[in-house]
Amino acid sequence: MSNLNEENYEEERGGFVFDNVTRNMFMETKGYQAPIAMKTGTTIAGVIFKGGVVLGADTRATNGPIVADKNCSKIHFIAPNVYCCGAGTAADTENSTALISSKLALHRYSTGRQTRVVTAMTLLKRMLFKYQGHVSAALVLGGVDLDGSHLYTIYPHGSTDKLPFVTMGSGSLAAMAIFEERFKDDMSEEEAKSLVHAGISAGIFNDLGSGSNVDLCVIRKDSVEYLRGYDQPNERNYRTSYVIPRGTTATLSSTEEVLSKQLIINELDDRMEVAP
Amino acid sequence: MTTHISPQMASSGTQHGKFEPYVNNGGTTLAIPGKDFVIAAGDTRLSTGYSIHTRQSSKVFQLTDKCVIVTAGMQSDASTLHKTMHARLVHYEHAHGKQMSTEAIGQMLSNMLYGRRFFPYYTFNLVAGIDSKGQGVVYGYDAIGSYQSVEVGAMGTGQSLIQPLLDNQVAYKNHQLVPSKELDLERALSLVKDSFTSAGERDIYTGDSVEIAIITQEGIKYETLQLKQD
Repeated sequence: MSNLNEENYEEERGGFVFDNVTRNMFMETKGYQAPIAMKTGTTIAGVIFKGGVVLGADTRATNGPIVADKNCSKIHFIAPNVYCCGAGTAADTENSTALISSKLALHRYSTGRQTRVVTAMTLLKRMLFKYQGHVSAALVLGGVDLDGSHLYTIYPHGSTDKLPFVTMGSGSLAAMAIFEERFKDDMSEEEAKSLVHAGISAGIFNDLGSGSNVDLCVIRKDSVEYLRGYDQPNERNYRTSYVIPRGTTATLSSTEEVLSKQLIINELDDRMEVAP
Repeated sequence: MTTHISPQMASSGTQHGKFEPYVNNGGTTLAIPGKDFVIAAGDTRLSTGYSIHTRQSSKVFQLTDKCVIVTAGMQSDASTLHKTMHARLVHYEHAHGKQMSTEAIGQMLSNMLYGRRFFPYYTFNLVAGIDSKGQGVVYGYDAIGSYQSVEVGAMGTGQSLIQPLLDNQVAYKNHQLVPSKELDLERALSLVKDSFTSAGERDIYTGDSVEIAIITQEGIKYETLQLKQD
Protein backbone atom coordinates (compact mmCIF):
# COMPACT_ATOMS: atom_id res chain seq x y z
CA MET A 1 0.00 0.00 0.00
CA SER A 2 2.78 2.41 0.92
CA ASN A 3 4.55 1.43 -2.32
CA LEU A 4 1.52 2.49 -4.33
CA ASN A 5 1.48 5.86 -2.60
CA GLU A 6 5.15 6.38 -3.34
CA GLU A 7 4.53 5.62 -7.01
CA ASN A 8 1.65 8.06 -7.15
CA TYR A 9 3.79 10.65 -5.42
CA GLU A 10 6.56 10.22 -7.99
CA GLU A 11 4.10 10.54 -10.86
CA GLU A 12 2.58 13.70 -9.45
CA ARG A 13 6.01 15.31 -9.19
CA GLY A 14 6.22 15.28 -12.98
CA GLY A 15 9.43 14.99 -15.03
CA PHE A 16 10.81 12.09 -17.02
CA VAL A 17 10.39 8.40 -16.11
CA PHE A 18 13.72 6.54 -16.03
CA ASP A 19 12.30 3.11 -15.03
CA ASN A 20 13.55 1.24 -18.09
CA VAL A 21 16.99 2.81 -18.52
CA THR A 22 18.95 -0.08 -16.97
CA ARG A 23 16.81 -2.65 -18.78
CA ASN A 24 17.31 -0.88 -22.12
CA MET A 25 21.09 -0.62 -21.63
CA PHE A 26 21.16 -4.36 -21.00
CA MET A 27 18.99 -5.01 -24.06
CA GLU A 28 21.32 -2.89 -26.22
CA THR A 29 24.22 -5.18 -25.28
CA LYS A 30 22.09 -8.03 -26.68
CA GLY A 31 21.62 -6.23 -30.00
CA TYR A 32 18.35 -4.35 -29.37
CA GLN A 33 18.03 -1.10 -31.27
CA ALA A 34 16.14 1.67 -29.52
CA PRO A 35 13.59 3.54 -31.68
CA ILE A 36 14.98 6.70 -33.27
CA ALA A 37 13.32 10.08 -32.82
CA MET A 38 12.63 12.53 -35.64
CA LYS A 39 15.55 14.92 -36.01
CA THR A 40 15.11 18.31 -37.54
CA GLY A 41 18.28 18.70 -39.61
CA THR A 42 17.82 22.42 -39.60
CA THR A 43 18.87 25.93 -40.44
CA ILE A 44 17.83 28.45 -37.78
CA ALA A 45 19.19 31.94 -37.26
CA GLY A 46 18.67 35.31 -35.63
CA VAL A 47 19.86 38.89 -36.07
CA ILE A 48 19.56 42.01 -33.88
CA PHE A 49 18.60 45.18 -35.73
CA LYS A 50 17.95 48.78 -34.67
CA GLY A 51 14.44 48.22 -33.33
CA GLY A 52 14.41 44.56 -32.30
CA VAL A 53 15.21 41.00 -33.35
CA VAL A 54 14.55 38.95 -36.49
CA LEU A 55 14.43 35.16 -36.10
CA GLY A 56 14.39 32.76 -39.06
CA ALA A 57 14.01 29.04 -39.77
CA ASP A 58 13.60 26.57 -42.61
CA THR A 59 10.62 24.17 -42.53
CA ARG A 60 12.05 20.69 -43.29
CA ALA A 61 11.92 17.86 -40.74
CA THR A 62 13.85 14.69 -41.58
CA ASN A 63 13.90 11.08 -40.48
CA GLY A 64 17.26 9.80 -41.74
CA PRO A 65 17.35 10.49 -45.51
CA ILE A 66 13.56 10.88 -45.72
CA VAL A 67 11.71 14.19 -45.39
CA ALA A 68 9.17 13.59 -42.59
CA ASP A 69 7.49 17.01 -42.77
CA LYS A 70 7.85 19.48 -45.66
CA ASN A 71 6.38 22.43 -43.80
CA CYS A 72 6.98 22.17 -40.06
CA SER A 73 7.15 25.17 -37.77
CA LYS A 74 10.46 25.66 -35.97
CA ILE A 75 9.91 29.12 -34.44
CA HIS A 76 8.25 28.49 -31.08
CA PHE A 77 6.33 30.85 -28.82
CA ILE A 78 7.97 31.49 -25.46
CA ALA A 79 6.26 34.70 -24.28
CA PRO A 80 4.44 37.54 -26.09
CA ASN A 81 7.81 39.31 -26.46
CA VAL A 82 10.08 36.26 -26.74
CA TYR A 83 10.30 33.55 -29.43
CA CYS A 84 12.68 30.62 -29.86
CA CYS A 85 13.93 28.65 -32.88
CA GLY A 86 14.68 24.99 -32.28
CA ALA A 87 17.07 22.50 -33.90
CA GLY A 88 17.80 18.90 -32.91
CA THR A 89 15.26 16.26 -31.89
CA ALA A 90 11.80 17.61 -32.77
CA ALA A 91 10.12 16.33 -29.59
CA ASP A 92 12.85 17.85 -27.39
CA THR A 93 12.70 21.33 -28.95
CA GLU A 94 8.88 21.39 -28.92
CA ASN A 95 8.53 20.16 -25.35
CA SER A 96 11.34 22.12 -23.75
CA THR A 97 10.14 25.40 -25.30
CA ALA A 98 6.51 24.62 -24.33
CA LEU A 99 7.53 23.75 -20.76
CA ILE A 100 9.56 26.92 -20.27
CA SER A 101 6.82 28.97 -21.97
CA SER A 102 4.34 27.59 -19.43
CA LYS A 103 6.63 28.30 -16.47
CA LEU A 104 7.10 31.88 -17.71
CA ALA A 105 3.34 32.38 -18.06
CA LEU A 106 2.88 31.40 -14.39
CA HIS A 107 5.78 33.68 -13.49
CA ARG A 108 4.04 36.58 -15.25
CA TYR A 109 0.76 35.90 -13.41
CA SER A 110 2.69 35.82 -10.15
CA THR A 111 4.78 38.97 -10.72
CA GLY A 112 2.57 40.95 -13.07
CA ARG A 113 5.68 41.91 -15.04
CA GLN A 114 6.77 41.29 -18.62
CA THR A 115 9.04 38.27 -19.16
CA ARG A 116 12.71 39.08 -19.67
CA VAL A 117 14.67 37.24 -22.35
CA VAL A 118 17.44 36.42 -19.87
CA THR A 119 14.90 34.65 -17.63
CA ALA A 120 13.77 32.41 -20.49
CA MET A 121 17.40 31.73 -21.38
CA THR A 122 18.28 30.81 -17.78
CA LEU A 123 15.32 28.43 -17.38
CA LEU A 124 16.17 26.71 -20.68
CA LYS A 125 19.89 26.33 -19.95
CA ARG A 126 19.21 24.99 -16.44
CA MET A 127 16.87 22.39 -17.84
CA LEU A 128 19.27 21.35 -20.62
CA PHE A 129 22.27 21.25 -18.26
CA LYS A 130 20.30 19.10 -15.80
CA TYR A 131 19.79 16.49 -18.53
CA GLN A 132 23.48 16.53 -19.51
CA GLY A 133 22.85 16.81 -23.27
CA HIS A 134 20.33 13.96 -23.45
CA VAL A 135 17.61 16.49 -24.27
CA SER A 136 18.87 17.36 -27.75
CA ALA A 137 17.64 20.89 -28.21
CA ALA A 138 19.87 23.49 -29.88
CA LEU A 139 18.08 26.80 -29.60
CA VAL A 140 18.16 30.38 -30.88
CA LEU A 141 16.31 32.54 -28.38
CA GLY A 142 15.38 36.11 -29.18
CA GLY A 143 13.17 38.84 -27.79
CA VAL A 144 12.73 42.41 -26.66
CA ASP A 145 12.23 43.42 -23.02
CA LEU A 146 12.66 46.51 -20.84
CA ASP A 147 16.45 46.20 -21.28
CA GLY A 148 16.21 46.18 -25.07
CA SER A 149 16.83 43.49 -27.72
CA HIS A 150 18.48 40.20 -26.80
CA LEU A 151 19.63 37.23 -28.86
CA TYR A 152 21.05 33.98 -27.44
CA THR A 153 22.12 30.57 -28.61
CA ILE A 154 21.60 27.68 -26.20
CA TYR A 155 23.45 24.40 -26.81
CA PRO A 156 22.09 20.95 -25.86
CA HIS A 157 24.48 20.65 -22.89
CA GLY A 158 23.34 23.99 -21.45
CA SER A 159 26.00 26.48 -22.55
CA THR A 160 24.89 29.85 -23.92
CA ASP A 161 26.19 32.72 -26.05
CA LYS A 162 24.84 36.26 -26.32
CA LEU A 163 25.62 37.68 -29.77
CA PRO A 164 24.24 40.18 -32.31
CA PHE A 165 23.91 37.52 -35.04
CA VAL A 166 23.67 33.75 -34.60
CA THR A 167 22.99 30.51 -36.52
CA MET A 168 22.30 26.93 -35.42
CA GLY A 169 21.60 23.48 -36.83
CA SER A 170 23.13 21.48 -39.69
CA GLY A 171 22.77 24.52 -41.99
CA SER A 172 24.48 26.87 -39.50
CA LEU A 173 27.73 27.01 -41.51
CA ALA A 174 25.93 27.95 -44.73
CA ALA A 175 23.90 30.62 -42.92
CA MET A 176 26.86 31.96 -40.93
CA ALA A 177 28.87 32.35 -44.16
CA ILE A 178 26.21 34.82 -45.32
CA PHE A 179 25.96 36.58 -41.93
CA GLU A 180 29.74 37.04 -41.61
CA GLU A 181 29.77 38.60 -45.07
CA ARG A 182 26.81 40.94 -44.73
CA PHE A 183 26.05 41.69 -41.08
CA LYS A 184 26.26 45.32 -39.88
CA ASP A 185 25.41 46.91 -36.53
CA ASP A 186 22.15 48.92 -36.32
CA MET A 187 20.55 47.61 -39.52
CA SER A 188 17.01 48.63 -40.47
CA GLU A 189 14.20 46.09 -40.09
CA GLU A 190 14.09 45.48 -43.86
CA GLU A 191 17.87 44.96 -44.03
CA ALA A 192 17.69 42.49 -41.12
CA LYS A 193 14.81 40.53 -42.69
CA SER A 194 16.65 40.35 -46.00
CA LEU A 195 19.83 39.15 -44.25
CA VAL A 196 18.05 36.40 -42.27
CA HIS A 197 16.16 35.39 -45.42
CA ALA A 198 19.47 35.06 -47.31
CA GLY A 199 21.04 33.06 -44.47
CA ILE A 200 18.14 30.60 -44.18
CA SER A 201 18.02 30.29 -47.99
CA ALA A 202 21.73 29.37 -48.00
CA GLY A 203 20.89 26.58 -45.55
CA ILE A 204 17.86 25.43 -47.56
CA PHE A 205 19.82 25.12 -50.81
CA ASN A 206 23.24 23.97 -49.57
CA ASP A 207 22.41 21.74 -46.60
CA LEU A 208 20.50 18.53 -47.32
CA GLY A 209 19.11 18.51 -43.76
CA SER A 210 17.31 21.81 -44.44
CA GLY A 211 14.73 22.63 -47.08
CA SER A 212 11.32 23.90 -48.21
CA ASN A 213 10.25 27.35 -46.96
CA VAL A 214 11.59 30.32 -44.98
CA ASP A 215 9.73 31.33 -41.80
CA LEU A 216 10.56 34.65 -40.16
CA CYS A 217 9.58 36.25 -36.86
CA VAL A 218 10.16 39.96 -36.25
CA ILE A 219 10.07 41.02 -32.60
CA ARG A 220 9.92 44.79 -32.00
CA LYS A 221 9.58 46.86 -28.80
CA ASP A 222 5.78 46.76 -28.76
CA SER A 223 4.80 44.28 -31.45
CA VAL A 224 5.52 40.90 -33.02
CA GLU A 225 5.13 39.82 -36.65
CA TYR A 226 5.18 36.06 -37.21
CA LEU A 227 5.76 35.56 -40.96
CA ARG A 228 4.95 31.89 -41.58
CA GLY A 229 5.86 30.98 -45.17
CA TYR A 230 7.71 34.29 -45.76
CA ASP A 231 9.30 32.75 -48.85
CA GLN A 232 8.26 29.55 -50.65
CA PRO A 233 10.98 28.85 -53.21
CA ASN A 234 10.41 25.09 -53.52
CA GLU A 235 7.01 24.58 -55.09
CA ARG A 236 6.48 21.36 -57.05
CA ASN A 237 6.72 21.95 -60.82
CA TYR A 238 5.46 18.69 -62.38
CA ARG A 239 2.58 16.33 -61.67
CA THR A 240 0.98 13.46 -63.61
CA SER A 241 -2.63 12.40 -63.21
CA TYR A 242 -3.50 8.82 -62.33
CA VAL A 243 -6.85 7.37 -63.38
CA ILE A 244 -7.69 4.16 -61.53
CA PRO A 245 -10.95 2.70 -62.88
CA ARG A 246 -13.50 1.18 -60.49
CA GLY A 247 -12.80 -2.56 -60.13
CA THR A 248 -8.98 -2.23 -60.35
CA THR A 249 -8.58 -3.40 -56.74
CA ALA A 250 -9.62 -7.01 -56.16
CA THR A 251 -12.74 -7.49 -54.02
CA LEU A 252 -12.63 -10.72 -52.01
CA SER A 253 -16.09 -10.41 -50.46
CA SER A 254 -18.70 -7.75 -49.92
CA THR A 255 -21.65 -7.12 -47.62
CA GLU A 256 -24.22 -4.38 -47.77
CA GLU A 257 -26.09 -2.71 -44.95
CA VAL A 258 -28.81 -0.12 -45.18
CA LEU A 259 -27.68 2.63 -42.84
CA SER A 260 -31.11 4.27 -42.44
CA LYS A 261 -32.35 1.21 -40.52
CA GLN A 262 -29.66 1.84 -37.94
CA LEU A 263 -30.65 5.44 -37.34
CA ILE A 264 -32.80 6.41 -34.38
CA ILE A 265 -34.76 9.45 -35.38
CA ASN A 266 -36.07 11.66 -32.61
CA GLU A 267 -39.57 12.82 -33.38
CA LEU A 268 -40.64 16.37 -32.59
CA ASP A 269 -42.53 15.13 -29.45
CA ASP A 270 -39.22 14.07 -27.91
CA ARG A 271 -37.98 17.61 -27.77
CA MET A 272 -36.43 18.61 -24.47
CA GLU A 273 -39.02 19.98 -22.10
CA VAL A 274 -38.85 23.66 -21.48
CA ALA A 275 -39.56 24.91 -17.99
CA PRO A 276 -43.01 26.47 -17.72
CA MET B 1 65.45 -1.91 -40.67
CA THR B 2 61.89 -2.96 -40.23
CA THR B 3 59.57 -1.73 -37.57
CA HIS B 4 57.67 -4.33 -35.68
CA ILE B 5 54.38 -3.55 -33.96
CA SER B 6 54.14 -5.70 -30.88
CA PRO B 7 50.73 -6.68 -29.46
CA GLN B 8 51.49 -4.43 -26.47
CA MET B 9 51.99 -1.41 -28.74
CA ALA B 10 48.81 -2.20 -30.62
CA SER B 11 46.81 -2.30 -27.41
CA SER B 12 48.54 0.71 -25.84
CA GLY B 13 45.70 3.01 -26.89
CA THR B 14 47.12 4.13 -30.26
CA GLN B 15 44.21 4.52 -32.65
CA HIS B 16 44.48 4.21 -36.41
CA GLY B 17 41.96 5.43 -38.97
CA LYS B 18 40.15 2.47 -40.47
CA PHE B 19 40.32 2.02 -44.25
CA GLU B 20 36.84 2.79 -45.53
CA PRO B 21 36.82 2.35 -49.31
CA TYR B 22 33.10 2.95 -49.82
CA VAL B 23 30.89 6.03 -49.70
CA ASN B 24 27.31 6.45 -50.87
CA ASN B 25 26.93 9.44 -53.18
CA GLY B 26 23.12 9.19 -53.24
CA GLY B 27 20.80 9.73 -56.17
CA THR B 28 18.16 7.77 -58.01
CA THR B 29 18.03 5.97 -61.36
CA LEU B 30 15.15 4.50 -63.29
CA ALA B 31 14.48 2.56 -66.49
CA ILE B 32 11.30 1.49 -68.27
CA PRO B 33 11.27 -0.80 -71.32
CA GLY B 34 8.51 -0.51 -73.93
CA LYS B 35 7.57 -2.49 -77.04
CA ASP B 36 9.83 -0.49 -79.38
CA PHE B 37 11.47 1.99 -77.01
CA VAL B 38 13.23 2.18 -73.68
CA ILE B 39 13.63 5.08 -71.26
CA ALA B 40 16.52 5.39 -68.81
CA ALA B 41 16.90 8.28 -66.38
CA GLY B 42 19.01 9.46 -63.45
CA ASP B 43 19.03 12.57 -61.28
CA THR B 44 22.15 14.76 -61.36
CA ARG B 45 22.76 15.47 -57.65
CA LEU B 46 26.06 14.20 -56.22
CA SER B 47 26.31 14.28 -52.43
CA THR B 48 27.66 12.69 -49.26
CA GLY B 49 26.15 13.17 -45.82
CA TYR B 50 24.45 16.57 -45.69
CA SER B 51 26.57 18.19 -48.45
CA ILE B 52 25.93 18.56 -52.17
CA HIS B 53 29.18 18.20 -54.15
CA THR B 54 27.67 19.17 -57.50
CA ARG B 55 24.21 19.62 -59.01
CA GLN B 56 25.23 18.40 -62.49
CA SER B 57 26.82 14.99 -62.29
CA SER B 58 25.45 12.57 -64.88
CA LYS B 59 24.48 9.03 -63.94
CA VAL B 60 23.61 8.12 -67.54
CA PHE B 61 26.38 6.77 -69.79
CA GLN B 62 25.91 5.91 -73.45
CA LEU B 63 27.44 2.54 -74.39
CA THR B 64 26.31 2.04 -78.02
CA ASP B 65 23.89 3.63 -80.50
CA LYS B 66 21.04 1.75 -78.82
CA CYS B 67 22.19 1.07 -75.28
CA VAL B 68 22.85 3.16 -72.14
CA ILE B 69 23.75 2.35 -68.56
CA VAL B 70 22.47 4.26 -65.50
CA THR B 71 24.35 3.82 -62.25
CA ALA B 72 23.53 4.71 -58.64
CA GLY B 73 25.76 4.18 -55.61
CA MET B 74 29.35 5.46 -55.45
CA GLN B 75 30.35 7.91 -58.16
CA SER B 76 34.05 6.96 -58.39
CA ASP B 77 33.24 3.27 -58.84
CA ALA B 78 30.53 4.16 -61.39
CA SER B 79 32.95 6.29 -63.37
CA THR B 80 35.64 3.57 -63.33
CA LEU B 81 33.08 0.96 -64.35
CA HIS B 82 31.76 3.13 -67.20
CA LYS B 83 35.30 3.78 -68.51
CA THR B 84 36.24 0.09 -68.37
CA MET B 85 33.01 -0.90 -70.14
CA HIS B 86 33.66 1.76 -72.78
CA ALA B 87 37.17 0.39 -73.39
CA ARG B 88 35.81 -3.17 -73.73
CA LEU B 89 33.14 -1.96 -76.19
CA VAL B 90 35.63 -0.03 -78.34
CA HIS B 91 37.86 -3.08 -78.41
CA TYR B 92 34.91 -5.29 -79.41
CA GLU B 93 33.96 -2.96 -82.23
CA HIS B 94 37.52 -2.96 -83.60
CA ALA B 95 37.74 -6.74 -83.37
CA HIS B 96 34.31 -7.55 -84.82
CA GLY B 97 33.49 -4.57 -87.01
CA LYS B 98 30.14 -4.01 -85.28
CA GLN B 99 28.75 -2.75 -82.00
CA MET B 100 28.06 -5.20 -79.19
CA SER B 101 24.42 -6.25 -78.85
CA THR B 102 22.44 -5.11 -75.81
CA GLU B 103 22.10 -8.75 -74.66
CA ALA B 104 25.89 -9.22 -74.82
CA ILE B 105 26.48 -5.98 -72.93
CA GLY B 106 24.10 -7.31 -70.27
CA GLN B 107 26.18 -10.46 -69.79
CA MET B 108 29.49 -8.58 -70.02
CA LEU B 109 28.54 -6.26 -67.15
CA SER B 110 27.58 -9.24 -65.02
CA ASN B 111 30.99 -10.80 -65.68
CA MET B 112 32.79 -7.54 -64.88
CA LEU B 113 30.90 -7.10 -61.59
CA TYR B 114 31.34 -10.72 -60.50
CA GLY B 115 35.05 -10.47 -61.28
CA ARG B 116 35.23 -8.15 -58.28
CA ARG B 117 33.19 -10.53 -56.09
CA PHE B 118 35.38 -9.94 -53.01
CA PHE B 119 36.05 -6.19 -53.44
CA PRO B 120 32.94 -5.10 -55.37
CA TYR B 121 32.24 -1.91 -57.23
CA TYR B 122 29.72 -0.08 -55.01
CA THR B 123 27.33 0.42 -57.94
CA PHE B 124 23.72 -0.43 -58.68
CA ASN B 125 23.21 -0.61 -62.42
CA LEU B 126 20.43 -0.62 -64.96
CA VAL B 127 21.31 -1.41 -68.58
CA ALA B 128 18.66 -0.12 -70.98
CA GLY B 129 18.68 -0.76 -74.69
CA ILE B 130 17.03 -2.09 -77.82
CA ASP B 131 17.66 -5.82 -78.18
CA SER B 132 18.38 -7.79 -81.39
CA LYS B 133 14.60 -8.23 -81.93
CA GLY B 134 14.11 -4.48 -81.88
CA GLN B 135 12.32 -4.52 -78.53
CA GLY B 136 13.09 -2.38 -75.48
CA VAL B 137 14.87 -4.23 -72.69
CA VAL B 138 16.13 -3.33 -69.21
CA TYR B 139 18.55 -5.43 -67.13
CA GLY B 140 18.78 -4.79 -63.40
CA TYR B 141 21.89 -5.73 -61.36
CA ASP B 142 23.07 -6.01 -57.79
CA ALA B 143 26.59 -4.86 -56.88
CA ILE B 144 28.21 -8.24 -57.61
CA GLY B 145 26.67 -9.16 -60.95
CA SER B 146 23.40 -10.97 -60.31
CA TYR B 147 21.12 -9.73 -63.10
CA GLN B 148 17.79 -10.23 -64.78
CA SER B 149 15.55 -8.61 -67.34
CA VAL B 150 13.00 -6.44 -65.51
CA GLU B 151 9.57 -4.97 -66.34
CA VAL B 152 10.61 -1.76 -64.63
CA GLY B 153 13.71 -0.87 -62.65
CA ALA B 154 14.55 1.76 -60.02
CA MET B 155 17.83 2.00 -58.07
CA GLY B 156 19.52 4.24 -55.52
CA THR B 157 18.29 6.30 -52.59
CA GLY B 158 14.84 6.88 -54.13
CA GLN B 159 14.27 3.23 -55.04
CA SER B 160 11.96 2.46 -52.12
CA LEU B 161 9.79 5.45 -53.03
CA ILE B 162 9.56 4.84 -56.79
CA GLN B 163 9.62 1.06 -57.33
CA PRO B 164 6.22 0.25 -55.73
CA LEU B 165 4.52 2.97 -57.76
CA LEU B 166 6.02 1.78 -61.03
CA ASP B 167 5.37 -1.90 -60.26
CA ASN B 168 1.72 -0.84 -60.09
CA GLN B 169 1.61 1.64 -62.96
CA VAL B 170 4.00 -0.01 -65.46
CA ALA B 171 3.89 -3.73 -64.61
CA TYR B 172 0.23 -3.46 -63.41
CA LYS B 173 1.03 -5.38 -60.22
CA ASN B 174 -2.01 -5.87 -57.95
CA HIS B 175 -4.39 -4.82 -60.72
CA GLN B 176 -7.57 -6.81 -61.16
CA LEU B 177 -8.28 -5.03 -64.44
CA VAL B 178 -5.21 -4.82 -66.67
CA PRO B 179 -5.58 -2.06 -69.27
CA SER B 180 -5.75 -3.47 -72.81
CA LYS B 181 -3.77 -0.52 -74.16
CA GLU B 182 -0.04 -1.13 -73.73
CA LEU B 183 2.23 1.52 -72.22
CA ASP B 184 3.18 4.11 -74.85
CA LEU B 185 6.25 6.33 -74.84
CA GLU B 186 4.34 9.46 -73.87
CA ARG B 187 2.79 7.86 -70.76
CA ALA B 188 6.09 6.18 -69.79
CA LEU B 189 7.87 9.53 -70.05
CA SER B 190 5.31 11.30 -67.87
CA LEU B 191 5.61 8.49 -65.28
CA VAL B 192 9.40 8.93 -65.25
CA LYS B 193 9.05 12.68 -64.69
CA ASP B 194 6.44 12.24 -61.97
CA SER B 195 8.54 9.55 -60.24
CA PHE B 196 11.53 11.88 -60.00
CA THR B 197 9.56 14.93 -58.88
CA SER B 198 7.88 12.75 -56.23
CA ALA B 199 11.18 11.24 -55.04
CA GLY B 200 12.62 14.77 -54.97
CA GLU B 201 9.89 15.82 -52.55
CA ARG B 202 10.75 13.19 -49.93
CA ASP B 203 14.32 11.91 -50.51
CA ILE B 204 16.98 14.44 -49.49
CA TYR B 205 19.52 12.87 -51.90
CA THR B 206 17.31 13.18 -55.02
CA GLY B 207 17.08 16.58 -56.69
CA ASP B 208 18.57 19.34 -58.88
CA SER B 209 17.63 17.81 -62.26
CA VAL B 210 16.84 14.57 -64.10
CA GLU B 211 18.59 13.48 -67.27
CA ILE B 212 16.35 11.26 -69.38
CA ALA B 213 17.55 9.10 -72.29
CA ILE B 214 14.85 8.00 -74.74
CA ILE B 215 16.07 5.14 -76.91
CA THR B 216 14.32 3.98 -80.08
CA GLN B 217 15.45 2.20 -83.24
CA GLU B 218 16.12 5.71 -84.67
CA GLY B 219 18.66 6.54 -81.95
CA ILE B 220 18.96 8.18 -78.54
CA LYS B 221 17.36 11.50 -77.54
CA TYR B 222 18.11 13.29 -74.28
CA GLU B 223 15.75 15.42 -72.18
CA THR B 224 16.39 17.32 -68.96
CA LEU B 225 13.81 18.29 -66.32
CA GLN B 226 14.59 20.67 -63.46
CA LEU B 227 13.95 19.30 -59.98
CA LYS B 228 13.84 21.10 -56.62
CA GLN B 229 17.20 22.55 -55.54
CA ASP B 230 16.70 22.18 -51.75
